[in-house]
Amino acid sequence: MRQFDYKRATDTDGAIQAHAGQAAAYLAGGTTLIDLVKLDVMQPERMVDVNRLALSNIEDADDGRLRIGATVRNTALAYDDRVKRDYTVLSEALLQGASRQLRNRATTAGNVMQRVRCSYFRDGISPCNKREPGTGCSAIEGVNREVFAVLGTSEHCIAVHPSDMCVAMAAIGATVEVQGPNGTREIAFGDFHKMPGNTPHIEHELAEDELITHVTLDAPIEDAGSTYVKLRDRSSYQFALASCAAIVALDGDVIREVRLALGGVGTKPWRCSQAEEQLVGAAANEENFAQAARLAMQDATPYKHNAYKIPLARKAITQALKDATARAGNGGSI
Amino acid sequence: MSNDIIGAAKPRIDGPDKLSGRARYAADHYPANLTYAYGVFSNIASGKIASIDVEKAKKQPGVIEIFHHDNFPKLHRSPSNFAQQNKVDEARLPFEDNNVYYGGQFVALVVADTFENARDAAHFVDVTYQESKPVTSLTAALKNGDPKQAKSSRHTRGDADSAFASAAHQVDVTYTTPVETHNPMEMHATTADWNNGNLTFYEASQGVVFAKNTIAAVFGINPARIDARAPYIGSGFGSKLWIWPHAVAATAASRELGRPVQLVVPRAQMFTTTGHRPATHQNLKLGADANGKLQAIVHDSVNSTSFVGNYVETCGSVTKSLYDCSNVRVTHATAQVNQGTPTSMRAPGAAPGLFALESAIDELAEKIGMDPLALRKANYTETDGSKSLPFSSIHLMECYEKGAKEFGWDKRTPEIGSMKNGTEILGWGMAACNWEALKRDCNARVALRADGTAFVSCATQDIGTGTYTIVAQTAADVLGLPLDKIHVELGDSAYPSGPLSGGSWASASALPAIHAAAKKAADQLKGYAVEEDAVFADAKTDDLSLADGKLSLKGGQSVDFVQILQKRKVAEAFGEAYTTGATGDEYSFRSFGAHFVEIGWDPGISRLRVNRVVSAIDCGQIVNTKTASNQVEGAIAMGIGMALFEQTEYDHRSGMPVNNNYAEYLVPTHADYPEDVNVLLLDYPDYKFNDLGIRGIGEIGITGMAAAVANAVYHATGKRVRDLPIRIEDLMSA
Ligand SMILES: Cc1cc2nc3c(=O)[nH]c(=O)nc-3n(C[C@H](O)[C@H](O)[C@H](O)COP(=O)(O)OP(=O)(O)OC[C@H]3O[C@@H](n4cnc5c(N)ncnc54)[C@H](O)[C@@H]3O)c2cc1C
Ligand code: SF4
Repeated sequence: MRQFDYKRATDTDGAIQAHAGQAAAYLAGGTTLIDLVKLDVMQPERMVDVNRLALSNIEDADDGRLRIGATVRNTALAYDDRVKRDYTVLSEALLQGASRQLRNRATTAGNVMQRVRCSYFRDGISPCNKREPGTGCSAIEGVNREVFAVLGTSEHCIAVHPSDMCVAMAAIGATVEVQGPNGTREIAFGDFHKMPGNTPHIEHELAEDELITHVTLDAPIEDAGSTYVKLRDRSSYQFALASCAAIVALDGDVIREVRLALGGVGTKPWRCSQAEEQLVGAAANEENFAQAARLAMQDATPYKHNAYKIPLARKAITQALKDATARAGNGGSI
Repeated sequence: MSNDIIGAAKPRIDGPDKLSGRARYAADHYPANLTYAYGVFSNIASGKIASIDVEKAKKQPGVIEIFHHDNFPKLHRSPSNFAQQNKVDEARLPFEDNNVYYGGQFVALVVADTFENARDAAHFVDVTYQESKPVTSLTAALKNGDPKQAKSSRHTRGDADSAFASAAHQVDVTYTTPVETHNPMEMHATTADWNNGNLTFYEASQGVVFAKNTIAAVFGINPARIDARAPYIGSGFGSKLWIWPHAVAATAASRELGRPVQLVVPRAQMFTTTGHRPATHQNLKLGADANGKLQAIVHDSVNSTSFVGNYVETCGSVTKSLYDCSNVRVTHATAQVNQGTPTSMRAPGAAPGLFALESAIDELAEKIGMDPLALRKANYTETDGSKSLPFSSIHLMECYEKGAKEFGWDKRTPEIGSMKNGTEILGWGMAACNWEALKRDCNARVALRADGTAFVSCATQDIGTGTYTIVAQTAADVLGLPLDKIHVELGDSAYPSGPLSGGSWASASALPAIHAAAKKAADQLKGYAVEEDAVFADAKTDDLSLADGKLSLKGGQSVDFVQILQKRKVAEAFGEAYTTGATGDEYSFRSFGAHFVEIGWDPGISRLRVNRVVSAIDCGQIVNTKTASNQVEGAIAMGIGMALFEQTEYDHRSGMPVNNNYAEYLVPTHADYPEDVNVLLLDYPDYKFNDLGIRGIGEIGITGMAAAVANAVYHATGKRVRDLPIRIEDLMSA
């Protein structure tokens, strides 16, 4: 860890001002940032502490939406009554992430902004296009079993977006509200994270100095059931090898509306639109779930050690659809 | 020794100190003028340092000095002799020359006024390397040439090859285990403080006497000038048995600078420069007759070692004696890789060795069509075939039977995948466990003090296992005092010389010495009591007994023992004792046990879990059922980790470890621990081994555990995984 300058902001304008014109980083829970600063992978000259900003509330927004402040802790969000009731998938995703201690610190915006877990990125020395554009990707020919993707990869980077929370948000649908030197704007959650392409160092839509202030969830789908299935080697405290967020609403035995998003397999929180389209109007049965799972993974590219993720993700999808269906109201029996 | 103290379930007496933070570990000491060191570590695995530029680093705030191979003082390699108590596994000293033998090797040491300044400045040390192609795995090393045979641990009896060739049933398979890293919670750490040529040395160490003698050898000074202290350590699992380069580096820096130096090894370098369990390749050949009687056992193993140490993982150490078989060959060999030096890790040899042997026995049982427990019973022996000596005390048959009964083994249906619970396929597997019973020379001192307490001291350690508590229990039993009146001090080389906390021998070595010293202290007190003018002037000492803090005469009065001391105007009555590590040559001393494991495999979501474990353990007298069960329970967790999770992964190009942190190096979490674990402690004292009948319990629990899990996995899935760890992709059908 190198020396840095520390500023504690008390309002958003002040935070943005303190950030501007510096090699600065917003400091929230610090569970990603401080870790990477210690590893010398991130080297901010200034940290702007956003923990005192008035962004720690979960509020009802218009049209039945839910507005989550940037500094709401993962634990608080997971146990919020509205989240547990209307967005079960989000609560479950959060509670399967990291460990209790980390969740108590980690914030909503920090989670959205967390960095990849690729060990070549984190070691600070291996060639890595994300850390040092143009140096190459050590992971493609290296150890790439766990936190490496099979969807959305490129020859320049194959690291998975590691968040569980974001997978649930991708399924729910959300808007990221940001504020910068030139005012505020909104970014659709699905557009926020970027695939690596040939610029893996550009990870998201946020412009220089912009601060995330809120993430607003779309209104819950009426009578839907939802769940988050996370598959991994050990039962806790491990990033997903493959995970699936599913939201299912039924009309009798037929799927009225469905949302599917994957974690652990994509270079960004991975929404499966094609599979969703195919499921809408189809009978909610195992055969159709398996078919959707195949469709969701059909374009996957395996790497040396992670080919197992393709069948594993299919299992996560099938299981999540089954469980979400079982929880959906207004349905027949399955 | 059977009353409400010995064998009782007593909570750890050091628990409150640990919970409240009063217990101070190696890096919790802050002598005046303390400085902090931080390492610069090689980021290549093989080559030479071409240049080191420290100019920029030296200008950083607070920097005091930067050491490297050009300015590090000349020291002496330790002779690395176990008998002289200066053994090390990594022979090379830090900064000896400009060679790089492994990634994460110390290449420079920054000393500054604060930890933060030292760490910051370390980034500014500019090292350039001349890189050569590293050997990055055991497999790669074996391609480069034949391994080096380790002759001293070889064992042969009969003619294993021809017996194998003519056996009715044969198993000939190879198993591999990966590099595992100890990962104790507490980092390796040193606080070194020289004063007028004397050294106070706080080290996260499993052996203060070895630490003292090794540092004395390295610095060429009289051991009497060193006080090595490790009153508490945050576990070690073997990684803290010997001195590693960081301790030499910090101690040298302190001597050069004339100021105390503290050095904490970062977690990433806990994977490189403080030892690990090496990778092993093990070939097992088992031959049996039609009834399952073993005709031949061949166990050839090879392990990775470094270029700066020759560590042998004795995988066949148990294979020699576990079963009745007259044709046996066990060999070990090593091959060099560009990794840090391996070292003992909980049940060295036996843990990987029994994974192989006990998996192979399961494979043999299947070939013959025999129940795996029945096959083991058919080859049961009470004689150590490698020594032709009877075991001093063996209740392995009872372990098999009690464990099987508790587990319900008779309800097992042998067909693959035939047992189910909901969406889970259940697998039932078992394996024997085994560990040598060892003991070492030990001295101890016990004093009854005029304040009504007893003081026990011994230069052994409590590495988190409960040694403080069982020492107090032993003294309390002899002295008739409650536990809270016993003050125990361990982990200081100034105390009477005691054993390393390793090899499961600390209890068996130290408790007899403490017991004897306590008796002597009691005898001295009784002697005082019967002196002229004393309370029991005319009594015989044999008629006096100590209980509840009082000395009582048979059929007569009782007085507080404190009064005896006060009357005689002495501060204490004390005893010092020595007990020998020699065991004679009439018996073979080992501990025994068996694990029974249920796993659940949910093919729908590829989830593998250990659901249930029953372990029956025969390891002599149990002193404290709580700490003893806890050792086995912890070993079960570690065995599950060995079976399913643990593996230090190295990049095959650079040779650098890639999962060198707690997030990516997987060990079991609480959520992975089975809800149903039942440890059965047989509790048969082994008086042929020592006066108290105690063997050890720290290591045996991990042996056999990985095989029991792997055998259960096979029973559920039909997949025989011979390469640890067992991963879900090994079990998934595409
Ligand atoms: C050992 C370990 C295991 C983990 N396991 C999991 C897991 O299983 N699943 C999972 O989902 N996550 C996991 N995580 C990641 C964890 O969820 C993230 O580290 C956490 O959510 C980050 O939040 P934070 O508030 O601590 O962010 P910080 O570390 O403070 O910040 C992270 C990044 O976000 C930026 N930032 C913070 N706030 C804002 C803002 N308001 N606007 C713009 N930028 C901002 C920071 O500058 C920084 O770049 C794990 C982390 C660790 C260390
Ligand atoms: S996968 Fe991405 S983060 Fe990892 S080494 Fe390649 S470019 Fe870097």
